[in-house]
Amino acid sequence: MNSSFPPPARRRAARRLVAGAAFAVGLALVASGCAGSGSGAGTGSSGEYAAPAKDLSADITYGVWDQQQVAAIDENIAAFNEIYPNIKVTVNVTPYAEYWTKLQTQASSGTLPDVFWMNGPNIGLYASNDQIQPITGEVEAGDIDPANYPKSLVDLYTIDDVQYGVPKDFDTIGIWANKALFEKAGVALPTGDWTWDEFQQAASAISTALKADGEYGAAGGMDGQTTYYDTIFQAGGQVIDDGKSGYATPETEAGLQFWTDLIADGASPSIQQLTDTTADQWFVSGKLAMYWGGSWFRSALTDPALAADVTVLPLPIGEKQATVIHGVSNVVSAKSKNMQAAQALQVFLASKDAQQQQGDAGSIIPAFTGTQSAFTDSMPDADLQVFLDAVDYSVPLPVSNNTAVWNAFETDLLPQAFSGERPVDEVATELSDQMDAALAKE
Amino acid sequence: MTTDARRTVPPASSLRGGAGRGRAAAPSGPDDLDPTRPTGSDSPRSDKRRRGDGFWPWLFVAPLVLGVVVFYLWPIVQTAWISLTETGPFGGSTFSGIVNYLTLFADPQLYLSLVNTIIYTLIVLLGVPISVYLASLLNLPGLRFASLYRVLFFLPYVAMPTAVAMVWRIIFNGDYGMLNYLLSLVGIQGPYWISTPGFSIVAVAIVGLWSSLGFSLIVLSAGLKNIPPELYEAADLDGASRWRQFRSITVPLLSPTIFFVTIVTVISSFQLFDLLYAILGSSNPVLPRSMSLVYFFYREGFVNNDKGFAAAIAMVIFLIIGLVTVLQFRFQRKWVKGD
Repeated sequence: MNSSFPPPARRRAARRLVAGAAFAVGLALVASGCAGSGSGAGTGSSGEYAAPAKDLSADITYGVWDQQQVAAIDENIAAFNEIYPNIKVTVNVTPYAEYWTKLQTQASSGTLPDVFWMNGPNIGLYASNDQIQPITGEVEAGDIDPANYPKSLVDLYTIDDVQYGVPKDFDTIGIWANKALFEKAGVALPTGDWTWDEFQQAASAISTALKADGEYGAAGGMDGQTTYYDTIFQAGGQVIDDGKSGYATPETEAGLQFWTDLIADGASPSIQQLTDTTADQWFVSGKLAMYWGGSWFRSALTDPALAADVTVLPLPIGEKQATVIHGVSNVVSAKSKNMQAAQALQVFLASKDAQQQQGDAGSIIPAFTGTQSAFTDSMPDADLQVFLDAVDYSVPLPVSNNTAVWNAFETDLLPQAFSGERPVDEVATELSDQMDAALAKE
Repeated sequence: MTTDARRTVPPASSLRGGAGRGRAAAPSGPDDLDPTRPTGSDSPRSDKRRRGDGFWPWLFVAPLVLGVVVFYLWPIVQTAWISLTETGPFGGSTFSGIVNYLTLFADPQLYLSLVNTIIYTLIVLLGVPISVYLASLLNLPGLRFASLYRVLFFLPYVAMPTAVAMVWRIIFNGDYGMLNYLLSLVGIQGPYWISTPGFSIVAVAIVGLWSSLGFSLIVLSAGLKNIPPELYEAADLDGASRWRQFRSITVPLLSPTIFFVTIVTVISSFQLFDLLYAILGSSNPVLPRSMSLVYFFYREGFVNNDKGFAAAIAMVIFLIIGLVTVLQFRFQRKWVKGD
C-alpha cells in the first residue's frame, strides 16, 4: 500500500499521522483501562452512613434482571421519590442469561450501576474484590436492622464477617403438585410431612399408571438448587464444607443416589429427556405430577386451568427435613459516584414499606419478616404457606468465591451418575477432586 | 481470479492512479477536470496537486483506518498481552509468561473442542457444493418464481441465530420433535439429538449448514451471472448434456467465487458460538463433549472468569484460522481456474 505514495517525505508524514493517531487512541484506551482496574478503595470506604438531606440531587442507575418485577420496582421508586424528589433513578433491565457477563464487564471497566441485584453464587466474587460497598454504615446508623430478614439470607450475604447486601426477597423449594394427575393415577395426595420412601412410591405409582399417556410422577434435572442440593442436605450431606468439597461423603452420595434411583425406576424421565424438555416444561404442559420447584415458579403458572389443579407439598424428609433457601439482595457499587444517593435507595428498598409493595405485586416473597402474607394470598387454594414454613429448616444455597467454576463441574459430571452410566461414588469422588482443586485456587 | 477480478481491479488501480507509478506524470484525464486550473502554467500546479494527493487520501480513509486500528489491531495486541498474564476477575494483571499456553496445550478440552469445531466445519462445508448446484438450478433461464426461491433460501441467513436455534431445538426434541417423527415414519428410531454426545455437534452443524446456504447462494448466483451465455449455447450445439455443462463450464468458471465462499464459510465455522450456545443451552450435560473452540473461550473467560487463559485460547483460535486461510490460498492454485 505504501508503495503507491511516491514522495518518501509525504509517506513518512502520513505514516506519522496515522501512527500518532493510533498511539493517542491506544493511550486513551490504556488510561481508561487503568482507571477501571485500579484498586477499589476509592470512594466512600470510610463505611459511615447518615441519611442524606431530602433535597439531595443525583442521577443513579439500578441494575436488575427480571422484567416481571419492573412494575413493582417502579412503584418502589415512585415512593422513594416522595422522600427524595431530586434523586432520579434509572432502572436497567438485563435478561438473566446476560446479566452476569455484563456485570463482569461493567465491574472491570469501573462502570457498575450504582445499585444492583446480587445473588448468592456471585456475592463472594464481587465482595472479595472490593466491588461492593458493605452495609456496615447503614446498620450502625440504625437504618437497616439485619434481624428483620431470614438469618440464612443475611449469612449468605456476609463475607468474612462483613455484610454486603440487604435481602430483597427469598425463595425456598417445594413440590408443585398436579392434583388432577394424582386423581387420574388413583394415588392419594399425601397429607403433611412424608418420607423419601413414600415420595418414591407415589412417583413410581403415578408413572406406572400413566405410562401410556407419556406422563410421569416426578422429575429430576440438572438444577442443583431445586433438586440434588435439597436431597444432599436431607441426607445430612454437604456440598461445600469449610472451603472443601463435600461430595465424597456417604451422606452426600446418598443425596445423589435419590435421583439415580428415581430415574432408574422409570418414575422420572431420563436425563436426556429432561435436557430436551425441562422439568418445569413437563409440568406446565400437564404431563408431570410432581415438580420440585422454587417459590418463584408461581409466576410461571399462567394457565388458569392448570393453576386450578395445583397445590404445593413440602419436600420429603430423608435423614432430616431440609430445603435450600436463596434470595436476591440489593447492593451498592463500591465505586458509585453518588454513594449517598445509592445508599439511600438501598436503605429504602430494604424497608418494610418497599418490601410490602413488592409482596403485594405477587411474584416474589419479600424478605422483610411480616410482609409475606400477600404472597400466600395470591393463590389461596395452593397452600403456598409451605414455602414460608420451610424457612425454619432451610439451608443457604452453597456458594464460594468462584461458584461458577465448580457449578460447571457439577453439570459436566453428575449426569453420568444420574443416568446410571457410572456408579454414584465414582462420579462423586471425581467431582470432589476437581472441585477441591478449583477451591484451592480461590 | 477471472470474472470478479476483472471487475474490481480497474477501479482499484485508478484509485491509486492519481499518485501512482508514473500514471500521474501523464498530463491526462483528471487534470482537465480541474476548473480552477489556470491555462498555461502546467507543471508546478500539477506538482502541487500531486503532493496534496499524499495527504488527502489518508484523510479520507482515516475514519476507516482508525476503526481498523481501534477495533481490530489494538484488541489483537491487547489480547496477545493478556494471554501472557494472570488476570484478576476485575482487571489487575500480573505477567506470567507462557504459563497460560502451557496449561492450555495440556488441557484435553482444547483438543476436544478443536475436533468438534473441525467436525462442524466439515459438515457446514458440504453446503458449498449443495449451494453451487442449487445456484445453477436457480440460474436456469426461464425458471419461474426464481426470485421467490432466492428469498426463501436467503431468509434463514438474515433470521436471528437465537430465533433459528429455538425453532430447531423444538424440531430436534427427542420426544416430541418433528425430525424424530419424520424418521419414525420410515421406521428409524431417532436419537435425543441435542442431549447425546456425538449427535449434538452434528445437530448444530445441520442448522449451521441450513442457515449458511442463503449467503453462499446469493454470492454464487452473482458469480454465475458473469459466465457468458454463449459458452452454454456452444456446448448445447456440441450436444453436451446439462450435467456435462455444469461440470465443464459452470464449476470451472465459478471456481473463484466458490473459493471465496469456501474461505468465508471456513472462517465463520471456526467462530461457531451463538448457534451452539442457543441450541444446546448453557446447562446441557453433553456440553463439555460438544463444545466448540469459541465456546471454550467463552466458558473460560466469562463463566470461569479466567481472562488470561481465555485470551490464550483466543490467540490459538486466531492462529488456527490464519493458518487454515493461508493453506487454502496455497491450495487454491491447484483448483481455482483463471488468474
